Amino acid sequence: MAPIITMTSVRKRFGSFEALRGIDLEVAEGEVLCIIGPSGSGKSTLIRCINLLETYDEGRIAVDGIEVRPGKALQAVRREVGMVFQSFNLFPHLTVLRNVMLAPMRVRGLAPAEAEAKARELLKRVGISEQAEKYPGQLSGGQQQRVAIARALAMEPRVLLFDEPTSALDPEMVGEVLDVMRSLARTGVTMIVVTHEMGFARQVGDRVLFMDGGMVVESGTPQQLFDSPREERTRAFLKAILQH
Amino acid sequence: MRLIDTFFNARVFAETLPLLLRGLWITIELGVASIILGLILGLFLSLLRLFAAPPLQFLARIYIDIFRSIPLLVLLIVIYYALPFVGIRLSPFAAATAALTLVSGAYTAEIFRAGIEAIPRGQFEASMALGLSWRQMMVDIILPQAVKIVIPPLTNNCINVVKDTALASVVAMPDLLKQATQAQALAANPTPLIAAAVIYVAILWPLVVLVSRFERKMKVGSR
Repeated sequence: MAPIITMTSVRKRFGSFEALRGIDLEVAEGEVLCIIGPSGSGKSTLIRCINLLETYDEGRIAVDGIEVRPGKALQAVRREVGMVFQSFNLFPHLTVLRNVMLAPMRVRGLAPAEAEAKARELLKRVGISEQAEKYPGQLSGGQQQRVAIARALAMEPRVLLFDEPTSALDPEMVGEVLDVMRSLARTGVTMIVVTHEMGFARQVGDRVLFMDGGMVVESGTPQQLFDSPREERTRAFLKAILQH
Repeated sequence: MRLIDTFFNARVFAETLPLLLRGLWITIELGVASIILGLILGLFLSLLRLFAAPPLQFLARIYIDIFRSIPLLVLLIVIYYALPFVGIRLSPFAAATAALTLVSGAYTAEIFRAGIEAIPRGQFEASMALGLSWRQMMVDIILPQAVKIVIPPLTNNCINVVKDTALASVVAMPDLLKQATQAQALAANPTPLIAAAVIYVAILWPLVVLVSRFERKMKVGSR
């Protein structure tokens, strides 16, 4: 099966700092890929390049065969790629329901009634149906992040990007968000998850990728990577985070 | 008693009130037209200033700086008395509206810019990631939030525009102030001037109170 995402020799500089130093990556349709690594290793930059929230300087990225670059085709890519952010980024002036309805109406041209029915169904799926008429500011962090997931799902994307989705949450709320993501993974949507939750990566990931210094140090199945890492840097990282 | 007869003469007041009200109507027309046109111009300029190609951004900045520097009275006199030399002859109302709009637009642009810049980056990123076009992002997400933030300074600017309409009396615009000075000459009594002053305060005071209320509410932090 042809990969849904292909990255070839992707490089990205911020001034003199090289954030990505030649990334080659293929993600298969339906795969759940978890990206781990120390902060500043380029993992967020990597997924932000996939929907061009960050431009890249060299190389090539394609989503479903469409090259990711500024211009008309970019909308087509972004329609197929949903994103969940560390800081939720819900629209504070719209109700939860409107947050989820907006993009399908504007971008997919759904009728309001249709968009609402779908939004309510998705909110039910992430366990927020009672809060539909509230504003994001009235919800807890965990609830906001679940709304953000519903908002991304409403576009029926083929790929979902998660940029440290639980890093801004209070510890007691991490579980509810991971549960939603876990059930999503079973639906067969392609997911790329940048995370510090090693338990989630081990249980849910089809493949885990360890990044450091803007490069992919190694990747493999969770068993391979967590139980018998080949690279010294991976071992050092895992040791440091699993120690406490 | 002499004081009351001079400044608060009931007979003069009653006689000149219709004239003053006609002037007030023109003042309001002028104020409302300039405020609306200034808002449109300001929004357009702020978007150019923030998002256009660099040369256009530069031009927008130059425009904004110039029209915030020029005294309104000078601009008004240039438009009304100097432009006819190049064949552009505007009515007093058009000249006053143009001058007020050009200046108000520059101030409004800076207000909108501050509002848009106050919106977190994440709001832009979430909109783009969902596939919204730039226009949809501005209309549905960014501007509604930005406008809410800048309502107090925008209202302040509206107050200034209405006040500045009084300058239009120098180009023979029969606004409230002009009618009042004429009525004063006619009646040989300053009561109409006092009445005009009271009318200005009466229509602007509520707006001033409103701005303070907005600002107090913002400080408490509604959300």
